[in-house]
Amino acid sequence: MRKYTPKDNVQGKSYYTDRFWVAPRIPREAVEEDSHFANVVSALKKYAKETYIEVGQLVVHIKPTDNISVLSLLKEKCGYSQCSELSAVDYLARDSEFEIFYQMLNITEAKRVRVVCRIKQGEAIESIVPLFKMANFAEREMFDMFGIVSNNHPYLKRILMPDDWSGHPLLKTYPLQGDEAASWYEVDKIFGKEYRDIIGPENRDPAKIDRYDTKRFSRVGYEVPFDADISDGEKENPIEYSKTLMANYQKSSKQLKERR
Amino acid sequence: MQVTNKLTPFFENLNFERSDNMMVINFGPQHPSAHGQLRLVLELDGELVTKAYPDIGYLHRGIEKMAENMTYNEFLPTTDRLDYIASTANNYAYAHAVEKLLGIEAPRRAQVIRTMLLELNRIISHLFFLATHALDVGAMSIFLYAFREREFAMDLMEDYCGARLTHSAVRIGGVPLDLPKGWLEDLEKFIDALPENIALYEGLLTENRIWKMRLEDVGVVSGKDALNWGCTGVMLRGSGVKYDIRKEEPYELYGELEFDIPVSDRCDSYGRYRLYMEEMKQSIKIIKQLIPMHGETEPQLMAHAPQYISAPKEEIMTQNYALMQHFVLVTQGMRPPVGEVYVPTESPKGELGFYIKSEGEPYAYRLKCRAPSFFHTGLLQELLVGTYIADVVTIIGSTNIVFGEVDR
Repeated sequence: MRKYTPKDNVQGKSYYTDRFWVAPRIPREAVEEDSHFANVVSALKKYAKETYIEVGQLVVHIKPTDNISVLSLLKEKCGYSQCSELSAVDYLARDSEFEIFYQMLNITEAKRVRVVCRIKQGEAIESIVPLFKMANFAEREMFDMFGIVSNNHPYLKRILMPDDWSGHPLLKTYPLQGDEAASWYEVDKIFGKEYRDIIGPENRDPAKIDRYDTKRFSRVGYEVPFDADISDGEKENPIEYSKTLMANYQKSSKQLKERR
Repeated sequence: MQVTNKLTPFFENLNFERSDNMMVINFGPQHPSAHGQLRLVLELDGELVTKAYPDIGYLHRGIEKMAENMTYNEFLPTTDRLDYIASTANNYAYAHAVEKLLGIEAPRRAQVIRTMLLELNRIISHLFFLATHALDVGAMSIFLYAFREREFAMDLMEDYCGARLTHSAVRIGGVPLDLPKGWLEDLEKFIDALPENIALYEGLLTENRIWKMRLEDVGVVSGKDALNWGCTGVMLRGSGVKYDIRKEEPYELYGELEFDIPVSDRCDSYGRYRLYMEEMKQSIKIIKQLIPMHGETEPQLMAHAPQYISAPKEEIMTQNYALMQHFVLVTQGMRPPVGEVYVPTESPKGELGFYIKSEGEPYAYRLKCRAPSFFHTGLLQELLVGTYIADVVTIIGSTNIVFGEVDR
């Protein structure tokens, strides 16, 4: 029977998982009274859906429409003057949602807060460029990698991939070796579409070896003429090594003796 | 969008022929001063830059995608290819993030070795910065002097791990090897000789009239802008904001070591250059304190966490259960608990952080590498506007960007 591979997540998977395996979870701690984070939580009380501390950092879940107001509150009221990073996590297969996180830093208290929100597939999120200019590049990368549109971004355009690329590489539906369009991208670009039949799709798996390819791969122990078709079996034709050229290293070798 | 074919190739609808006095030029992606594959589209009014657009992605290898398709230990050598000037810093940032996720801590000897390697890498990276930056600006001889010292530092790295650039010298849970015999003496010799050489570089540059003319008041970033654009490391401290993750959120042994954080409120390239020199001196100070610490520690190198980390080789070869566990960890990979971490570290370039989202599988569900150079490249679109074309190269050199981590 053919192996079933789910189409909505084509990423690497463990080949074996014990069926009674239940992964533990990193403990989520409650926010302590009178700590710095308690003040942050009380400032964000109106917006926060869920707050907890995970590995020393406060995590705040909010609604995606509140992102501007929450981040500006953090910036102006709580002293979180830098947004270190923002990006998304693809949960389309499980919940048909993206999770977007904003990693905030308070440089006077040396504390970090992660603001997390979830948007449905196809929804856009408001750009935070007016608050933090670092989002200019970060949101472009998020758009490039996931196809998440940021509204009112000054220049929302692909950043790492070429502008005319199709597909968003960090989606779970996007295979590691690239999709169909990726395999034709450079052929079309360099030679033109009419050369597709002649050149064939690009192989983006550098480790792939075609055992019938006698142009690029030699046959160890068997001589096959260049570009011969060996798809329906090859002749038993082992190479005969010349007896005279075969050196007997066991018998006498000055160099070998020295090495020993 | 423009319809492209062989005769009208794709130029992002750039119009190079302008009817006004503006000129659009294309800087890179193969420019020697671009420190990698940076393409800058500059709009010029005479010699004044009126618009700058950094175009990146020429070195994009999909490292974050690869992280989702590799087990945690498999991915570690890939992190070498982020900031390839100081790869131990990347290895460490990643290993540290996974350790936080697993909730384990490296044994003390491993911590001493790691801190030593991190500081040695900082020296290597800063020497590289100095050499290339000075070369870009036009000081040729400093390049040779700085590269000579850097080569000695890389020899030390080679003695330890066998590689000059792609070290992979750190493992999740510790370090793979103890220091070889005589390594600490070699390190001490290198460290003792370095201040003299730094004095030589400073003698050549710090009061040099041409150097000062080229660097002073060039590439001015205010502290507010630096925070706003996500600048970290020397870019932030060069703008008067005193924030160093080693000091503020200490990891490894930085909490017990004595060192200062140099800050400059000049906000320009010259201030940043001075900071790099000072940081090298601080790194020397740190390594000097670390050398006697190595002998005082127990010889254990990897954390004891049988669920996640293989036992030492002697145990694997003698004990059945350790062998079974090793087999499972090699073939399937470790399974960290469900959860997410963001762990920042102070790499030579700035804040290098790894965000890891784990769903309890041997493959990371999402790994985001927060690379400092990425945001420093973003800053260029504002920083370059209003400067002269001759200063563009100085500013790019001064931001110290490395394209391995910009494009990932």
